[in-house]
Amino acid sequence: MELKLSKEDAAFRDEVRAFIAENYPAEMRVPNPETDLTKEQSLLWHRILYRKGWIAPLWPKEYGGPGWSITQRFIFEQETSRAGTLPPLAFSVTMVGPVIYTFGNAAQKARFLPRILSGEDWWCQGYSEPGAGSDLAAVRTRAVRDGDHYVVNGHKTWTTLAQHADWIFCLVRTDPAAKPQAGISFLLIDMKTPGVTVRPIITIDGSHEVNDVFLEDVRVPVENLIGEENKGWTYAKFLLGNERTSMAGIGRSTRYLQRLKQIVKSEIAEDDPTYRDFIREIARVELDLLALEATELRIVAQMARGIDPGPAASLFKIRGTEIFQRITELTHQAIGNDGLALREQPSSANRFMPGPDYGHTATEKYLNARKLSIYGGSNEIQHNIIAKAVLGL
Amino acid sequence: MDIQFTEEQELLRASIQRLLHDQYAFDARRKIVASDEGFSRRHWTALADLGLCAAPFDESVGGLGGGALATMIVMQEFGRHLVVEPYFETVVLAGGLIAAVGSAAQRAAYLPKIMDGSTIWTLGWAERPSRYDFDKVETTARRDGEHYVLSGKKVAVTAAPWADKLIVSARTVGDSGDGTGLSLFVVDRHAANLHLQSFRTIDGRRAAELVLMDVRVPADDRLGAEGEGTAALEACRDRAIAAQCAEAVGAMTELNAATLAYSKTRKQFGVTLGTFQVLQHRMVDMFIALEESISLTQHLNLSLASNEPHLSRLASGAKSKVGTAARFVADQSVQLHGGMGMSDELNVGHYFKRISAINIQFGDPAFHLMRYAQQS
Repeated sequence: MELKLSKEDAAFRDEVRAFIAENYPAEMRVPNPETDLTKEQSLLWHRILYRKGWIAPLWPKEYGGPGWSITQRFIFEQETSRAGTLPPLAFSVTMVGPVIYTFGNAAQKARFLPRILSGEDWWCQGYSEPGAGSDLAAVRTRAVRDGDHYVVNGHKTWTTLAQHADWIFCLVRTDPAAKPQAGISFLLIDMKTPGVTVRPIITIDGSHEVNDVFLEDVRVPVENLIGEENKGWTYAKFLLGNERTSMAGIGRSTRYLQRLKQIVKSEIAEDDPTYRDFIREIARVELDLLALEATELRIVAQMARGIDPGPAASLFKIRGTEIFQRITELTHQAIGNDGLALREQPSSANRFMPGPDYGHTATEKYLNARKLSIYGGSNEIQHNIIAKAVLGL
Repeated sequence: MDIQFTEEQELLRASIQRLLHDQYAFDARRKIVASDEGFSRRHWTALADLGLCAAPFDESVGGLGGGALATMIVMQEFGRHLVVEPYFETVVLAGGLIAAVGSAAQRAAYLPKIMDGSTIWTLGWAERPSRYDFDKVETTARRDGEHYVLSGKKVAVTAAPWADKLIVSARTVGDSGDGTGLSLFVVDRHAANLHLQSFRTIDGRRAAELVLMDVRVPADDRLGAEGEGTAALEACRDRAIAAQCAEAVGAMTELNAATLAYSKTRKQFGVTLGTFQVLQHRMVDMFIALEESISLTQHLNLSLASNEPHLSRLASGAKSKVGTAARFVADQSVQLHGGMGMSDELNVGHYFKRISAINIQFGDPAFHLMRYAQQS
């Protein structure tokens, strides 16, 4: 499905397409880019986009954004994800960047934004804690003012790629007496500060994507506070809206669906008793995807006319993750007996894996995709948001 | 239809529970899985010493005569503890085949060493094109005097890297897909011209692909009549499914208990998770899924114990229904545990992975649903 594009937008799309084809690093085309790339490899595309001026589509021009229209931004997102490029680190460009240019002071903007754009600083997100998952406002990490520093103590968890991070943006409690949402502040912490410890969490697919981050008497200069003290919840919600919008994942699901079709074609003979079952299930998920894509296009068109999409992000999150999970399940099912194998981590091309290449990451993807309905606000929470904000229940 | 277990059966269950409780806690299992070999010979021996390997076999061959219900009890407890040792492959698959179609000499030669735990066996039937169809086999067995010469490739042979002996299917006549012409052979794991390519499985076990390049097998090691392999494998699959369903029930029991306990202690928004109605209903559905699975598993095992006709159809039905139920319970257990459900440190994700493996071995729920439909 395509947006009806003006001549200018169509030319833009062709330009983006050609740029990707000519510039996306071959080195990044590995079996599973999300787990198989080193930090340096995963930054290659980031740096190419930075040099082109395309690294931060969302950002206003004055901070280094390309000055694109909503339609152009959508086209860029669509083209890059359809081409299977690894998106630049979301925690830097999509999440903390907009918080800094929206709520930060001039010094913070000058200090942090250029390094986010260039990829010099790698950011991670210090939101979740062992006692604060879906209920994010329950964060207990304490920041106590001591002269011109905050002294931070706490335990952040599920911190994605903290092992690579230079900085972490944290929700910390600065007023324990206030209502949960009212006593939270938004603090930027240098990962090299004494007292910051990162411990890997291995997930069920065997990969090391997330971490525990322990903060013990970490001294953070007060100049690293974003906006006002105790107003952090406002900034956090602003950021989460950005996080969920990108969760429809149409491009990724479209690619994985195409691959699923190819796998079924070569794995399932037409006289196999489950052949028709696969055809039907693939059609079903394809229609789900089509409906989500049409919804996304409808909302993009509305946004282009200046209409606030409201909690559409929650709808995208729910359906986008359900669809991708279903595709990974069907792919794992399609490879049959080969689905028993799971690549060892860290992966190595020297280790034997049974079956054709296209199945080698199917098991780990199927396992890893279980997280999608949990993170970024569980799908149950997204249902609550729509029930409250849209239906008024 | 509820099974009233005998005192003997309850004793068997209690003895397994005691052993696994003492020696097979989740941390102990983690060490076993991470070891070089990937399973524990010491634990295997302990299980055999308890009489578990002899439990299902007839007294006429030196077994304890427990039959399908003994297997069910064992596998259910193994499911609860995620036991990786190759009981299913050695006792249920290979031992079952030898007892069912082996000659008197083969039974006498092989079963005692299975029952005392001194040999480990597995079964290799699947090939790349076979998916879940026993007949789609290209491996050939050519008669050469007093030997057969086996050539071909087998895939997804679980526990093969641990095994001393393998049973493999091969064609003496016909082409891939033919319903006749398949025979079974006992092959020594260290036979000349047999090569293994090992890999790790989703559930933390080991498996291998077998490459047979003119492997010579004495004619006496053909298991069952020539050309009768498919029928033997079909009956073997019925027994396998009954055992897998029991194992899945064990895993689901633990998942439901863990999820329920978590929902009663984990607090978000100032209340326990269990106070949210949407999660209450989810857990009720998980409870129902388990109850139905227990019922079908008992029904299948009772039918197996009394040699009911048309067992194969019931087996496929149970494999589909219990597999789907187990997958639902596993999915929701991970979901309700939130991030913890994704963590390798918690047992929940490991039950999820074991259930995923059960749903592949001997055919997935979709395959067995269609098989059930077609046999009506």
